[in-house]
Amino acid sequence: MQNIQKDFFGNQVLTDINFTLGAGEVLGLCGENGAGKSTLMKILFGMDVIRETGGYGGNVLLNGQKVAFATPFDALAAGIGMVHQEFSLIPGFTAKENILLNREPKKHNVISEVFGERLNTLNYKEMDARSAQAIEKMGVQIDADMTISDMPVGHKQFTEIARELSKDQLKLLILDEPTAVLTEKEAEALLQSIRGMSARGIAVIFITHRLHEILSVCSKVIVMRDGCVVRDVPAGKTSVQDITKWMVGRSVQTGAAHAETAVQEKNAKTILSIRNLWVDMPGETVRNVSLDICEGEILGIGGLAGQGKLGIPNGVMGLYEAGGTVEFEGKEIPLNSPRKCLDASLAFVSEDRRGVGLLLDESLEWNVAFPAMQIKEKFLKKYLGGIVKWRDEKAIHAVTTKYIDELMIKCTSSKQKAKELSGGNQQKVCLAKAFALEPKFLFVSEPTRGIDVGAKALVLDALKKFNRESGVTVVMISSELEELRQTCDRIAIVSGGKIAGILPASESSEEFGMLMVSQVK
Amino acid sequence: MENNLAKDRLRSAIRQFGITRLIIAGFLLALFVIAPFVGVDLVGQITNTINRFSWNAILVLAMVPMVHSGCGLNFGLPLGIISGLLGATLSLQFGFTGLLSFVMAIVIATPFALLLGGGYGWMLNKIKGGEMMVATYVGFSSVAFMCMMWLLLPYSNPTMVWGLSGKGLRTTISLEGYYDKALANLFQINIGKLSIPVGTLAFFALLAFLMWAFLHTKTGTAMTAVGSNPEFAKASGINIDRTRMLSVIMSTWLAAVGILVYEQGFGFIQLYMAPFYMALPAVSAILIGGASVNKASIPNVIIGTFLFQGIVTMTPTVMNSMFHMDMSEVIRVIGSQGMILYALTRKTEGSK
Repeated sequence: MQNIQKDFFGNQVLTDINFTLGAGEVLGLCGENGAGKSTLMKILFGMDVIRETGGYGGNVLLNGQKVAFATPFDALAAGIGMVHQEFSLIPGFTAKENILLNREPKKHNVISEVFGERLNTLNYKEMDARSAQAIEKMGVQIDADMTISDMPVGHKQFTEIARELSKDQLKLLILDEPTAVLTEKEAEALLQSIRGMSARGIAVIFITHRLHEILSVCSKVIVMRDGCVVRDVPAGKTSVQDITKWMVGRSVQTGAAHAETAVQEKNAKTILSIRNLWVDMPGETVRNVSLDICEGEILGIGGLAGQGKLGIPNGVMGLYEAGGTVEFEGKEIPLNSPRKCLDASLAFVSEDRRGVGLLLDESLEWNVAFPAMQIKEKFLKKYLGGIVKWRDEKAIHAVTTKYIDELMIKCTSSKQKAKELSGGNQQKVCLAKAFALEPKFLFVSEPTRGIDVGAKALVLDALKKFNRESGVTVVMISSELEELRQTCDRIAIVSGGKIAGILPASESSEEFGMLMVSQVK
Repeated sequence: MENNLAKDRLRSAIRQFGITRLIIAGFLLALFVIAPFVGVDLVGQITNTINRFSWNAILVLAMVPMVHSGCGLNFGLPLGIISGLLGATLSLQFGFTGLLSFVMAIVIATPFALLLGGGYGWMLNKIKGGEMMVATYVGFSSVAFMCMMWLLLPYSNPTMVWGLSGKGLRTTISLEGYYDKALANLFQINIGKLSIPVGTLAFFALLAFLMWAFLHTKTGTAMTAVGSNPEFAKASGINIDRTRMLSVIMSTWLAAVGILVYEQGFGFIQLYMAPFYMALPAVSAILIGGASVNKASIPNVIIGTFLFQGIVTMTPTVMNSMFHMDMSEVIRVIGSQGMILYALTRKTEGSK
């Protein structure tokens, strides 16, 4: 691939990617979430999203010839196979049927002679042979006659790989985090089969967060960060430490950013204490988190996606099923009840801006004032001794205008609908909503996800200001470590649903990187 | 340039008013214009339209709370209507007469509405996402159940029961001597042949005002938020199930009052299959008024009821005078069902 470039609506996600891959080579591709790995693979595989968002720049050369795949079908025909992170299998079919889906060997019969090929019957004997061959190629034993829904996760993954292997023309196989769902033993078997494939001359691109796997199976490692290839080295000449450093570390701005880290008072009292918290949030399971948060600090929670960092605030605030004990200012807060948390002066800015954070069809005024109105009974005029609680439109307008000015929200008026704003401005509205509650404690989840650099700085500054001036304790959850290091006093890293460690923000990137991958299983 | 600007402004104005509403309003206007030329008594028809508006408006108003809380259109309206009918028949049974019988009918209907509405709301909370379909069947099955009950319940007032057996309620019960025109005759204004039932209109205005006021209170605001984005409401500490339940109860009670108002104007209580046919006109009226599956306002109710009832009154008379054949039923059915179909295809404009 040469000079690959890609932007989504002016947001540059890939810049100048170059790499080559020989037949039978195994390439390990790693990088933080959002580094551009998946986008790169989508370009290679000709996925629709790429074309719909305006195509890409640069050239893809296959066997020395320039190719541009308009659809995944073209890519398949050219001998590129891809195993996605999510399974694309039909649960009610057997492994065999899934492996050969839409490429089944067929038998002619009388009816099909008359009515055309679509009525050919399937040749099950031939299918048995072909699927057995593919499974053998993989080097792992799975039962070809078992239905997918009965299979353990690992076998589903193998079925997907076998499907790609059963294609005769396969030259390049892309595996997108295939081991994320596997147990250690299964993963080892998979690695073994990757080695087998490469021995047969099939090139493999292997994406994973488990760095030791890359080292054990790949011949070459590419590390990506912020849409650039930062390193392209033979696997033999590197180590897990090196890779994490390249993945996480910003080459330019490291260290300089947080000169103003607040002096940590040694005896600051604990305001929120979490003990043995588990949260059942799909994709972000929290297993056992114990955490103390000091009054007046900004605590960052970081970690790779899917490790459970988002589950912590969602669980504490009662949006997902949770268990354990949470104490706020010495009093226990019942879980699974958003109201109780809000009553205790906790507030939460959700990572799911459009889903949980905003009333998209209502005005900004409603969005900003609603929680404060419901929880703190603000912006209400009371009549008849408090029986009638009338919405005070004037007060609502005033407070919204105040926050629009303060946070520089770009909008036509405070009556504009929330869905008409851009992502960054919607995020600011979410913050304004939380600020209007005047909480003592604020959870902010992924405040900068999907917003541009300018808005990012403003949002982070607003948070810092809110913390320093109003003395509000802030817990900020973000997958961007650098951002946490710029904003927070201390940073807790979540890995495998547990707190892997808490470090001061001034600690080196490598230390954080090590914690991030420490318990990835 | 100037011209383009004006065109844009016109276009956005049309879009804001809604093309369907515009077409229907234009159609109604055309009917009023044609009417005198084909020999229809225009003043009589206007009186008719206003009367029908006053009978039906509260039933349409009953749609509003459930739309606001995200439960969709209340196809389960017959449930509320049945509460109203129980109130009406019991009030007659207990021997109340005149305006008092109307007031007592509302009083007696209220506990039934609260109870049935509560159960109905509880059920709707169990099947979030499929409210409208289930609501339809709740309406249908409650009508079927009450068909049996009207026969079996031990009513004995001779004006209500079948003449021969002395048991079981008649399909149609005259309200003469009870609350026939009880509201309509209050402060009625007569200008020549035009008569305006001020009492009924005022009663509707009162309820509409209360609804408007409710939507401006803390609880009303919460209700709108629940309908707009339940996740947001939950994260803001709102008890979603309770809010939805409240909206269903309000809707059911309004339906009960609505049918009583309808009866006092119409002059008869209609039992058995009658509640069956009340939900669809109310649903189509509010949709014509510009409401969507999750947004509805008081102006939607007023405009919608007026347009729908106007069409229902005017189309048959004018068409019949023009073509001398009976098209009323066909047009009414096409109009009301078609409107619902249209609105349901627009469902995605909402926020779910």
